[in-house]
Amino acid sequence: MAERNMSMRDALRIALHEEMERDDTVFVMGEEVAYWHGTHKVTREFINEYGESRVKDTPISEMAIAGAAVGAAMAGLRPVAEIMTINFAFLAFDAIINHAAKIRYMFDGQFKVPMVVRSATGWGMQATASHSQTPEPIFAHFPGVYVGCPSNARDAKGMLKAAIRDDNPVLFTEVIALYPKPSPVPDDPDFIIPIGKSDLKREGDHVTLVAYGRGVEWALQAADQLEKDGVRAEVVDMRWLRPLDMSLVFESFKKTNRCVVVEESLPHFSFGSEIAAQIQEQMFDYMDAPIKRVSALDVPLPFAHDIELMALPNAQKVVDAVKEIL
Amino acid sequence: MESQSITVEREQLLEWYRQIVLIRLFEERSLELYHEKKIGGVYLHLYNGQEATGVGAVSALQPQDHVITAYRDHGIAIAKGVDPKYVMAEMFGKKTGTSGGKGGSMHIASAEHRMWGGYAIVGGHLPIAAGIAIKARYLHLDEVTLCFVGDGASNNGYFHEALNLSAVWNLPVIWLIENNMYGMGTAVERASGQVELHKRAVGYGMEDGGRIDGMDVTVVNDTVKHARDFVIKNGPILIESMTYRYEGHGVSDKIFKERAQEMAKWRDRDPIEVLTGHLEQMFGEDIQAELQRIRLNVEHEVHEAVEYAEQSPAPTYEDLLRNVYVE
Repeated sequence: MAERNMSMRDALRIALHEEMERDDTVFVMGEEVAYWHGTHKVTREFINEYGESRVKDTPISEMAIAGAAVGAAMAGLRPVAEIMTINFAFLAFDAIINHAAKIRYMFDGQFKVPMVVRSATGWGMQATASHSQTPEPIFAHFPGVYVGCPSNARDAKGMLKAAIRDDNPVLFTEVIALYPKPSPVPDDPDFIIPIGKSDLKREGDHVTLVAYGRGVEWALQAADQLEKDGVRAEVVDMRWLRPLDMSLVFESFKKTNRCVVVEESLPHFSFGSEIAAQIQEQMFDYMDAPIKRVSALDVPLPFAHDIELMALPNAQKVVDAVKEIL
Repeated sequence: MESQSITVEREQLLEWYRQIVLIRLFEERSLELYHEKKIGGVYLHLYNGQEATGVGAVSALQPQDHVITAYRDHGIAIAKGVDPKYVMAEMFGKKTGTSGGKGGSMHIASAEHRMWGGYAIVGGHLPIAAGIAIKARYLHLDEVTLCFVGDGASNNGYFHEALNLSAVWNLPVIWLIENNMYGMGTAVERASGQVELHKRAVGYGMEDGGRIDGMDVTVVNDTVKHARDFVIKNGPILIESMTYRYEGHGVSDKIFKERAQEMAKWRDRDPIEVLTGHLEQMFGEDIQAELQRIRLNVEHEVHEAVEYAEQSPAPTYEDLLRNVYVE
């Protein structure tokens, strides 16, 4: 089927639109999703098309947004709740983790919670410390919820549709810096990228770069640079932090025997920690070098752009890390 | 707390009597079983003293209506029709329990009874109640959600956000505060700026359902019946039911016995005594024989529930891993 080049923002909007067309029980709720047309404009014009019953502006009430989505999902609807940015999801942490993620288990399968929490993530826009975070790994710590973060427009469409159609609660984060970036996206309204399926974004045999979200972009840029020096890097996009599909990483590592994990998040108890731990547990005999992690620096993010950028990972830092272990 | 003239059929009064006595004996037996270490864990929040509120409110609903509560949930589940033997088995941590032994005392639910559960994070179930009510509005259903709220929960953020949201969206929720005077060990007047908790309705532009006598099942039932009609048509209502728990906050409560004098006053208004008073007034002393028969049946039922729980198998390793996700 045909593909069209579009921004990740448009891919998400079309995915959501198609799912609302397909299933009357799908509705969106959140701050400014209706008449503001979404803070990030993913729900542009939805209010005109679907009206207030399916496009619900909420008060600034993150606990109630996530908590009410849990109840609506348990009762049989399919809410897509927008938490404006992931930083505000800390206010909804209890509803997402103690409730959405645990209700099925706590009541031994009597209920299901088919909800999606969409939330914008990422940093690097001088948004300062409390608005500049990528805490997906914290949410992925807990069983009962799925956590996904696409790295391009195509994946965004297929992953969001999978999330909406799934019967489990999903935290779906969208990197703000990627919203405007285009890639070819299939027109197929049933284009699905299954939950928990990682993706090989570039082939190589000298080193494995593992990333998700914006880290994939830095990994791919680094791979381009490394190629000039004759180093062929393989890039695995995890897409989902839970379930965590390690199959491609292990396959790749058997070939490269070296790995650098690239993450926009902080290093302490991180995505990189988990990937590194699993590789050393399962792939010890294949290891030729320590697993390196390129993460954000272990500081809250400052306002001043010069030093903000110093705290962030980038392609050059990935190249440097690779060269350390070659 | 004005006394009202309420007309109720004899059979209805006797059914309430049965339920209240059942919950009372169930809870008293549970406490013994906890001390015998048959019921494990560190949490056991008993409902004795508050039965009239739970029974009166739940019996005012239609079968399609929804009930959700906090961790003091055994009595509410029984009032909603869940068989006590499955509740007891859950408290024993047995496979036959309402949640397969994985929820315990604080997480009793029964989907088929539209009992959406007991929840153990104070206030956490309030937005869930609102969410369940979204469906009624979304699909234009004649269904209400009755959400029990402890007086303690009225002070956390969930209360504010959930009640406000329900008002903004006109959700059919009956918010029923069970004011048993204490949040854990802290008295309401030491925790709430406004001690008449129903008055908070005003702050949300919500119907103030007032403060009612939570020890009289007829009063609670009548209030909630009217509330049901109201919320279907107009949106949420906040009611404050004044009641008292005869045991501590939970089994770890070491200070509640210091309130013996206060307790004695509330025991004078015991839900069973109050209801027996109504029955004797209406049907004379002769009703006692009937009440005695009901009590014997209930004793038997509680005994059977305990037997069932004792004899049930424990959950297995497979159960440990099951139902984390919908597979």
